[in-house]
Amino acid sequence: MLHIVNKSPFTTTSLESCLRVSKPGATILLIEDGVYGALDGSRVSDAVRAALADRTVCVLGVDAAARGVEGKVLDGIDVVDYDGFVDLVAANDGVQSWL
Amino acid sequence: MSEAGATKKFLYINRKAPYGTIYAWESLEVVLIGAAFEQDVSLLFMDDGVYQLIKGMDTKGIGMKNFSATYSALGDYDVNKIYVDKDALAERGLTLEDLQHLVWEDENEDWAEKDSIRLVSRDEIAGLLEEQDVIFNF
Amino acid sequence: MSIEVNGKSIETDEEGYILNLSDWDEDIANELAKEEGIDMSENHWEVVNFLREYYDEYQIAPAVRVLTKAIGKKLGAEKGNSKYLYELFPYGPAKQACKIAGLPKPTGCI
Repeated sequence: MLHIVNKSPFTTTSLESCLRVSKPGATILLIEDGVYGALDGSRVSDAVRAALADRTVCVLGVDAAARGVEGKVLDGIDVVDYDGFVDLVAANDGVQSWL
Repeated sequence: MSEAGATKKFLYINRKAPYGTIYAWESLEVVLIGAAFEQDVSLLFMDDGVYQLIKGMDTKGIGMKNFSATYSALGDYDVNKIYVDKDALAERGLTLEDLQHLVWEDENEDWAEKDSIRLVSRDEIAGLLEEQDVIFNF
Repeated sequence: MSIEVNGKSIETDEEGYILNLSDWDEDIANELAKEEGIDMSENHWEVVNFLREYYDEYQIAPAVRVLTKAIGKKLGAEKGNSKYLYELFPYGPAKQACKIAGLPKPTGCI
């Protein structure tokens, strides 16, 4: 399953909930203000790093670049473009958007 | 707007990330418009608002106006007290080095460049709030 | 609304500010100036070009107070005062010069 998070981890519990209930093998895509969850050294980065052990975490590059954080993304997180976004949707059976 | 000599202390509190919502840009516009009234203006960036000041934003890919350049104009508008919650920065894995270097030029000292951003503790923020005549929230 | 320049139609808002910055060129500036009753001199161009550079750097059209101060710093005190700027642009330097420069109406224009 593809999980999409578009809110900052500091304003809503979307990322926290997503990390809690996503299964091993799932893919988590951070878009819009969700990209802040990909930053290294933040209060949530340990939880995201832990998820990387058995899940794939991606960040939408254009959203990260717009916010000036493209160079601060945790090691192990894949940066994808819009085509990559489409590929992820096509490759996964279901999409769960954590609004 | 005000009576002669009646300068008030205005504080704009910015607590939202840029681009995801319109608050950050709306706040900037109100600050710039308000600057015409020559009040004693301060800006405070806390919570996700600290993300507004990150340097090196490139919005071409999302088709939105990159208004981060506009923060550099604040000095021209005599807005030179820009407070940033240092704990909010730290929680987000950011340091002062990740933010734009905002300066203002002191006309009375041959346009000497001075830093606008001041990192503040939560105690200092509490004091800042108490000093204000008017507080705007974005 | 729109204006015609060199056979091309350029879209404007109801106050005559052009809608797309990228449409702008010097012929359009001259046409916009004509509608404002202004004959563009070198001094006019100096201010208009300054405004375009300011917008390019900061993504806003400056308020008149800011424009005056910035012009004073760049071009000298004899140009950085409202008397000089109002002589060039009688209906308001920020407003008229911004329109001619193809910029949006200045933020904080009162």
